[in-house]
Amino acid sequence: MIARLIGTLVIAGIASIAVSAQAPAYKTPRTPDGQPDLQGFWSNATYTPLERPDNVTKEFYTPEEALAAEKAAAARENAQTDPGTVADVHYDFTQFGLDRSQATLARSRRTSLIVDPKNGKLPPITEEGKKILAARAEEAKKLGGRWDSAQSNQLDDRCIIMAGPGPPMMDAAYNSNYQIVQAPGYVMILTEMIHDVRVIPLDGRPQPSDKVRQWMGVSRGRWEGDTLVIETTNFNGKNPFRGSTENMKVVERLRRVSDDTIEYNFTVEDKSMWVRPWSAEALMRKASGPLFEHACHEGNYGLYNTLVGARLEERHAAETKKDSK
Amino acid sequence: MRNSFFTRVTVVTITACIAVAVTLVTAQAPNYRAPRAPDGKPNLNGIWQAINTANYDIEPHSAAPSPVLELGASGAIPAGLGVVEGGTLPYRPEALTKRNENRANRLKLDPEVRCYLPGVPRAVYQPFPFQIIQSQKHIMMIHEYAGAVRTIYMTDQVEAPADSWMGWSNGRWEGETLVVDTKGFNDLSWFDRSGNFHSDALHVVERFTARSPETLNYEVTVEDPKVFTRPWKMSMPLYKRLEPNAQILEFRCVEFVEDLLYGHLRKQPSQ
Repeated sequence: MIARLIGTLVIAGIASIAVSAQAPAYKTPRTPDGQPDLQGFWSNATYTPLERPDNVTKEFYTPEEALAAEKAAAARENAQTDPGTVADVHYDFTQFGLDRSQATLARSRRTSLIVDPKNGKLPPITEEGKKILAARAEEAKKLGGRWDSAQSNQLDDRCIIMAGPGPPMMDAAYNSNYQIVQAPGYVMILTEMIHDVRVIPLDGRPQPSDKVRQWMGVSRGRWEGDTLVIETTNFNGKNPFRGSTENMKVVERLRRVSDDTIEYNFTVEDKSMWVRPWSAEALMRKASGPLFEHACHEGNYGLYNTLVGARLEERHAAETKKDSK
Repeated sequence: MRNSFFTRVTVVTITACIAVAVTLVTAQAPNYRAPRAPDGKPNLNGIWQAINTANYDIEPHSAAPSPVLELGASGAIPAGLGVVEGGTLPYRPEALTKRNENRANRLKLDPEVRCYLPGVPRAVYQPFPFQIIQSQKHIMMIHEYAGAVRTIYMTDQVEAPADSWMGWSNGRWEGETLVVDTKGFNDLSWFDRSGNFHSDALHVVERFTARSPETLNYEVTVEDPKVFTRPWKMSMPLYKRLEPNAQILEFRCVEFVEDLLYGHLRKQPSQ
């Protein structure tokens, strides 16, 4: 009964999302210095994939289909651990609230975040892009197996950067929480994963020399009416977003469409990787806050212990080999 | 002590205009009234940085050789007149022993060497800029080193919900001064590279006061009965970064310390 009631409420919630365009114009509140006010805690947690699933052809699900897709995704997420196992104790997604179904979900009836190209898929890769991807694969091979060194692990396992801060800012699988604070001439976006801060100046200053390269690039912002437009270049190319290179340019648009929703659209342009720019539409939903300190590196026992374990296994394997001779 | 410290700063910075500002602060009665933020509060927005050697040692100290031979003079430790009121920290005897052990093993133990979050107040006087983004509900302090960040809750205040490296900061305005009260620390960060440390009972009260368009006065009261026999104070000026396009850049140092922390666990080619 309760489950059915929740289901109905969720469907009602999903149904209400897509109609923001038809709703009476929302009057965006202002900060004391007159900026449209985006401040507060937000979540972009979503089960909507960036690319449309192969078996789906339409742009929007019905509310019932959207709920079914969400339930299926939540079930897949919770199936990542086996109840009663050690892995389950450490990473029980349901118990520790790490799965998205327990987060403030930025629900949408979209079947993919990508809206352009119309098929909801990334555009074809350029010839140059194919060469870059092949070269990257070669580089990765040189690092050896995943557990050969810290550097051969993924960036999130190394606590260097995670999916949240972008740009573009994407669902980070868990803790997809953000805090926006504005001061005259600046918008600041703090990402919970992993305490990454974007300080975006609004004064029209130019980009720095292209010798200055950063993991999150360098962002410059401006207001176009009530929409915050952020342009980011100067990426270091070491955290390729869906294959992107250091030549990526991201243009993000944030517009508050209700007290509890920001429409978050972005366009990615990278002539070295894709034959044409592509765009996506996501949402940020008001979250309760606060953000917690995610001191990932400081507590990275996982990486250390895994490397210790891998070296131990190698030693045991070598000793076994010696003994059997 | 305080006068001679500022005399050194003045010599370094040279300009007569800053000398005037320094005199004001030493007198402890800044009549300066900061420009107002849009909500009428003193406007502390800006990118700020300490110019001193407190990150090496908050107590008075002489110059010393580099702890890393290869770095020679470029890694040597510059002298400093200290930022602690009275010059010497009031350690409990057993805590002083631990400080001296920390100091002797600093390359192994200093959390800064390992790219760990710096804690408070160290984040403020590390040799990196930090930016204040001042709003009504939240004031952000965004540090270049390791992407350390603090939210200062001005209205929606609660007790620290969990211990953390940067603590839990609640703030209030006292006239011209932003007063930040921070608790909820873990016992892992240090005050400087010389092993000066605290426990999880640390309670830090900071006072940020504008004293000229381009300087702040930064005063800190530190209380930690597990480590110190009494509360103690430190103070220093903070200087505005005036480059027209000044911004906080990335100093994502985790990558820089991986070989230091995990290099011994690399797979050996022979295996």
